[in-house]
Formats: sequence, structure tokens, C-alpha cells
Amino acid sequence: MNKKMLGGLGLLLGAGVYAGAATALEGDPEKGEEVARVCVACHQEDGMGKNNPDTESWPRLAGLPEAYMVKQLHDMKADKRHNASMAPILGTLDDQDMADVAAYYAELEPWPELPTAYHAADPDNAAEWLAERGDWEDGNFIPACSQCHGPNGQGVGDSFPPLAGQHAAYLKTQLEHWREGQRHNDPNELMAGVANRLDDSQIDMIAEYYATLPERLEARGNEQEESAQ
Amino acid sequence: MNLHISHWLITGGVVSALSASALGFSLVALAQSGEVERDYQIQLPDPPEGEVTFTPPAEAELGDSQYDDMVRRGRDLFINTQSLRGENVFNEQNCANCHLDAGRLAHSAPMWAAFGVYPAYRGKNDMVNTLSDRIQGCITYSMNGKAPEKGSDVLVALQTYLHWMATDAPNNTSMPGRSYPTLDDPEKEPDRKRGAEVYANQCAVCHGDNGEGQKVGERQVFPPLWGDGAYNWGAGMHRVNTAANFIHANMPLSKSYSLSEQQAWDVAAFVNSHERPQDPRRRTVDSLDETQELFHQHQGFYGKEVDGKRLGDHENFGEHPDGIDD
Repeated sequence: MNKKMLGGLGLLLGAGVYAGAATALEGDPEKGEEVARVCVACHQEDGMGKNNPDTESWPRLAGLPEAYMVKQLHDMKADKRHNASMAPILGTLDDQDMADVAAYYAELEPWPELPTAYHAADPDNAAEWLAERGDWEDGNFIPACSQCHGPNGQGVGDSFPPLAGQHAAYLKTQLEHWREGQRHNDPNELMAGVANRLDDSQIDMIAEYYATLPERLEARGNEQEESAQ
Repeated sequence: MNLHISHWLITGGVVSALSASALGFSLVALAQSGEVERDYQIQLPDPPEGEVTFTPPAEAELGDSQYDDMVRRGRDLFINTQSLRGENVFNEQNCANCHLDAGRLAHSAPMWAAFGVYPAYRGKNDMVNTLSDRIQGCITYSMNGKAPEKGSDVLVALQTYLHWMATDAPNNTSMPGRSYPTLDDPEKEPDRKRGAEVYANQCAVCHGDNGEGQKVGERQVFPPLWGDGAYNWGAGMHRVNTAANFIHANMPLSKSYSLSEQQAWDVAAFVNSHERPQDPRRRTVDSLDETQELFHQHQGFYGKEVDGKRLGDHENFGEHPDGIDD
């Protein structure tokens, strides 16, 4: 299995690919740990968040790209990404706090590294097909998730966050928010267009697929190792 | 600088005769003498207007026959052409970058429409091109590579994949949805400066500020658009009209037809006025001037001066190991 370092994620940090409205302040992870005291109630001590299918789900932050998080915090504060729970907290944070807390979470725990090698998508597996091949037929025009979010949805650079290993309920909510217009902070409205063309069953299916992908890949890897022995 | 739109456009599949070359030889003579690679990148006539009615077969229908296995092998090569890196491919591209949905998408040069238009005769300067010739051309130019031999596993696999996609397609007929939709001539001459602005706002988030693309580990996610990892100066995509057509119908990914036609022309001019690996045919002639004269009578920046430098005035073939023999 290819365990090469994730050059794409590491090296592009700070490359200023898409800084958006966020000013590129230097974040201090130590100070960020102080700021994070207001975050742990939801995002947990370890920054892993929590899947709450029936209420509001809390995303995993640990290991997300620093610049991505800075942008999201600014966008929520500006209500380009409407989030009622975050609004009062963000009211108490200044730009430096946001840079610091993003730096803290970015290096708290690395996002799982998944294989990058090409493998053919299984046409009988609808979720994998959507993830790796998309849904272009009949004018649906939905690119594969991996075409922007990278192989096995592990994220690309600062603008395309990892999907694999993020909580299903959170992923689902975001896709719904794009569809409903509560979230409109995606670069060039790339996500809004895709989300609008997904149907409910595709949203459920793809959220579940990516949430459980790291475990399934690990299980598959273990199986292969056992059968090789 | 201004882009001079030359009127060497191809009509009805016949190449406008080249003016008597100041260099004292004709392309016809050169092609016949076998000294120069023939130009397999000459454009076919525009695709017909009209509704796309063809749907290629679904992969779920593939069975276990040897033919079906060869289709899958071709599909893998088409999506992950990088598996041939260092052998046939010497840049960062995959076929599916410019032929979206693994070559299935209408108006994105779909393979089901390409299959049946070959063999194609291209006028007196050339010969009848087979599909093998055409795919070899793609690998030589778009992939900045070394064409696999006719009959090789790679070519057979790719041709089988195309053949399968064209199941039930009419033969020797240009189908609606073939190639990229042809834009009308731009209202204003394509402008690199305006194009740079479009690029920064619409393209850089994926393709990078410097057209370098983005990778995750070894996997290219967003392809480079210029520089050593991009298509070379001989590829069809280096022509401003071809790129404009592709961009307007297919880019930004998931936002087809969202750019104005003028924006597509401008950004195509911006992207294609950057350096890229040398035209492989430059190896077979004596100078940049001759290469330009013989092979670049179309809308492109090869040999033109941009920011005080003449594009293509170098011997950089990217990763391709073969240079110019002196």
C-alpha cells in the first residue's frame, strides 16, 4: 500500500492558492490551544467532533488545512456560511484568535492518509461510482467527488477539504446547506452547483460512503495482507 | 501583444494550401519524402449542430469475455494514462482531463463520436489517418510522449475501449456532440490581459496561480496547463480556438457554459500564451521558423513574441528524453 506522505496537503499550505477574504495572519498553535477552550464542548478535546445524526453534527477539525479553517471562520462570521451555533462564539474572536485556533487544530492530529493509487470504480457500487466517476448521464453533469477532493476524498490544497473520515451527518448537512443557500462560501460556487444537482438519496449515500471510507480501506488492506501470508 | 487570428482554418477537411514557402520547399514534398512527421493534429470539420441522442453503453453491462477485459484495460489507460509515465507519457496528463467522464461526455470530445470518423483523409499534404494514427498523435502531442507501436497492447486496449463506447453509433458519420462545440469568432480579439483576470478568478483555485495544477501524493488531481507538465506545442489544445471551445463547454468543471464566449476566448489566449514542451516536429526541421511555417498556420501563439520572448524558441522537450539532433 502506498504510504507516501501527502505532499499535496502539506506543501500547499500557505501557498495562498485561495485566501479569500481572510487575511493571512500567522497563526500560533500554542495561543490557539487557549482559544480552543471555547471549541471543545462541541468539537471535543481531541478535535475529532461528533456525529449527531438527529441534531447538529460537529465536524472533525483535527488535521484540516489551516487556511481552509481560517477561511471558514471568517465566512461564518460574515454569514457567508450561516451557522447559528458558531455565531456567538465567533463574535468573541478576533482575526488573530481565528488564525491561532486554526493553526492549533491543523496540527493536533494528522488527517488519515489514504492510498492514492488509481483503482477502477465498481459500476455496481453506486456510492463508489459517484465518488470516483461522478454522474454525468442525462445532463446531470455531476463530476466525481475525487476530481476536486482528490483520490479517496482526502482533500486537495487549501480549498478542497478532505471528505473521507469526516462525519456523515455533517457532510450531509453541508450538502443540504449548499442546496438551500445557507452556505454560499465555496470558491466560484463550485459546490453549490454540484449540490443542487444531487438528489436526496445521493446525498445520504455519499455522506455515508466518505464517513466510513478510511475504516473500509483499512479493513480491505488487512484482508489483503492476510491473504498474502 | 495582440493575437493575430490567421485565416488558415480548415474547411471541409481540406487544408488550405500553404503559401509557397519562403524556405523553398513544400510540406507535401517533405511529407512524401518521409523526413517530417505528418501533421495528425489537423482539425476535422466542425461537428454538426443538433441534439445529442447517443448514449454509450454502461460499464455495468460488461461481462467476463476477453473483449470486455480489454475494454476495462483501455478504460484504465484512458483515466489513468499516468500508468504509462516514463514509457509513453512524459507529462502530467491523463486522457480523461480533456475528454470528460472517461471519454463519454458529449461536447467534451467523446470517444463514441471520434471512433467512427476514422480513417479520415486530410487533403493532399497528408494521407488517410487511421484511429491508431490519431491515438499515436494524442500520445505524441497531448501527452508529450512516445507513441506506442501499432498493434501494441496499449493501442489495442485504447481502441477496444473506444470501439465499445461506439456500440450502435453510426459509422463514418460526424455525430452531434462530437468534439467541442465551435464558438463563433470572438467579438473582440482574444486578449491575454483580460484572460489573466478570468484565469485568476475562475481557474487558479484548481489549476494553480502558475498553471502548475495540483497533486495529492503521486496522483495528479488538477492538470497543469502550461510548463513541462502540460500538453506540448504540437497538441490540438494549444490552439486558442480549440481551447476556447473546450473551456466554454466544460470549464470550470461542473460549471459548463458559465463563462461568456469572450471570457472563454480570452482565457484560452492567456493559458496558451505560456511556454510548454517543444513541438516534437521541431526535431525534424531546421528551425523554429520552419516549424511555425509548416505546422502552425492556425490560431496559436507558437513562434509569436509574448512579453519580449518568442514562444517555442527553445529546445526544452519537457521530460521527453529525445532532444534535437545536431
